Amino acid sequence: MGRIQLSQVSKVFGDVEVIPPLDLDIEDGEFMVFVGPSGCGKSTLLRLIAGLEDVTTGSIVIDGSDATTVPPAKRGLAMVFQSYALYPHMSVRKNIAFPMKMARMPQDEQVRRLEAAAQVLNLTEYLDRRPGQLSGGQRQRVAIGRAIVREPAAFLFDEPLSNLDAALRVGMRLEISELHKRLQTTMVYVTHDQVEAMTMADKIVVLHAGVIEQVGSPLELYRSPQNTFVAGFIGSPKMNFIEGPEAASHDAHTVGIRPEHIDVSSGSGTWTGTVGVSEHLGSDTFFHVTVDELSQLLTVRAGGEVDLHYGDTIHLTPNLDHLHRFDERGLRIS
Amino acid sequence: MATKASRTAARMMISPAVVLLLGWMLVPLSLTIYFSFLRYNLITPGTNPFVGWENYYWFLTDPSFKAAMINTLVLVGGVLLITVVGGILMALLLDQPMWGQGIIRIMVIAPFFVMPTVSGLIWKNMFMNPVNGIFGHIAQGLGVEPISFFSQIPLLSIIFIVSWQWLPFATLILLTALQSLDQEQLEAAEMDGASWISRFFYIMLPHLARSITVVILIQTIFLLSIFAEILVTTNGGPGTSTTNLTYLIYVASLLQFDVGMGSAGGVIAIILANIVAIFLMRMIGKNLDA
Repeated sequence: MGRIQLSQVSKVFGDVEVIPPLDLDIEDGEFMVFVGPSGCGKSTLLRLIAGLEDVTTGSIVIDGSDATTVPPAKRGLAMVFQSYALYPHMSVRKNIAFPMKMARMPQDEQVRRLEAAAQVLNLTEYLDRRPGQLSGGQRQRVAIGRAIVREPAAFLFDEPLSNLDAALRVGMRLEISELHKRLQTTMVYVTHDQVEAMTMADKIVVLHAGVIEQVGSPLELYRSPQNTFVAGFIGSPKMNFIEGPEAASHDAHTVGIRPEHIDVSSGSGTWTGTVGVSEHLGSDTFFHVTVDELSQLLTVRAGGEVDLHYGDTIHLTPNLDHLHRFDERGLRIS
Repeated sequence: MATKASRTAARMMISPAVVLLLGWMLVPLSLTIYFSFLRYNLITPGTNPFVGWENYYWFLTDPSFKAAMINTLVLVGGVLLITVVGGILMALLLDQPMWGQGIIRIMVIAPFFVMPTVSGLIWKNMFMNPVNGIFGHIAQGLGVEPISFFSQIPLLSIIFIVSWQWLPFATLILLTALQSLDQEQLEAAEMDGASWISRFFYIMLPHLARSITVVILIQTIFLLSIFAEILVTTNGGPGTSTTNLTYLIYVASLLQFDVGMGSAGGVIAIILANIVAIFLMRMIGKNLDA
């Protein structure tokens, strides 16, 4: 069981209100991702849940019992840190067994859990090595192993993949998702990378300056972002925003259109533009197009092998079904 | 420093310093060894005949030699114990956030800047004097017989004075080590359910191991040659109860004017220091390459 409810939780450091009072409900078994730019308070929120920071106001309820003032170890949560925080002088075996040793668990139970975790994480061969002798991905797995053996009510991940290289990150992303499917335990995952958020989450919380901008499933956020911040943050490449007369013609202050919702044609279209920089990814190509009618730069997606070059003139047609409209305050008009 | 040419250049550049250092070391060393084989007493000048191992024989069989050896070991061991344990505790205290941290840290280092003779005299006259000293006054205020530190517990008093001088050094090194400990490790341990005591023994102490090694090595080198504190307080007495090896050599060569005997003592001290160094390296050297 791992239901976490935050009500009116806020955090103030000195005079700075990092997190204004917020409510959040994390269901049992959910993979919840906190995403936002750096300094948006997502790590602080995670640390409040973990108990590493005290809340200034509000309450945290874990599995129906008030955990607001309960010390971290007693909350039944396990955390994986950004720097992995492995104990450098202990072998992998001792690292993983440390929480069980602290809990004075019987020896045979310790061995059983240790071996099960090592099996799951492919660490069996490395149990007698020190963290310093492991690669980044292996260290990450040791950190996860240390969390698993406690059989916690929920896992907390604080940007666990940001120290890994790109290829490894994709691999670990899959492994963590698979782990979640297998264990069916609540996971709270903090990241600044919206790709991680979109690929892993059951539910995403978009944070901006300590405020929850929107909570929803990845596709909900993609299809109907509640404001321009969420619209710009979710999706890669970024959504194009158009203001001025073009937006006014759609009865909005700002309209947004994603690169993948603009049709590219060399013949005719709503807008005419000049191709600038193009990014060839193989499966897709992204063009940065200067549009004459709007006198601004738009990012558009085309197929993988489109024969367009710097300086070519192309025609763009936005797919109006996927046009997002926002008012002056940046809120969605539905 | 990768190519052959740059390596050659580097060797050329450092050679003057190496030659100078080598000369600086070798000349006094060979002179000491040479003197240690002569009958060379300043009271009876004249020919200094070669006497072989005679000086060594008399130095080693002197009853005060055994006492000096024990005193040296007790002094070094005692000071190491107090400064390492005390240094860890002080470092833990100073690592806590508090008001006026900067000033307090500077004040903590202060004893290290007081020269040994001065601190010896201050402790002797201001604190440990049974009549005028502060400890004496406190004892009298409490209605207890004041302790005459340098006659009742002379070696312990010296250990105390020297520890006071070296505690800041240990504190400083251990404090910087403590500050370099990754906070996330402590937080992870906290999440893992480790109490403060467990965090100290399982996380902090292993992290400090290397610095403790450094403190022990450096201090041992300096503590083997403690001299000024003994000279200004007890003059090695009462009897030989505070005479260490350094002081015994001083007695031989400058009080008895026996340069040959003093030199023999010096050579023995060099050998002993090296034995201790090898022991220390063996014992804790593995901490350094981990």
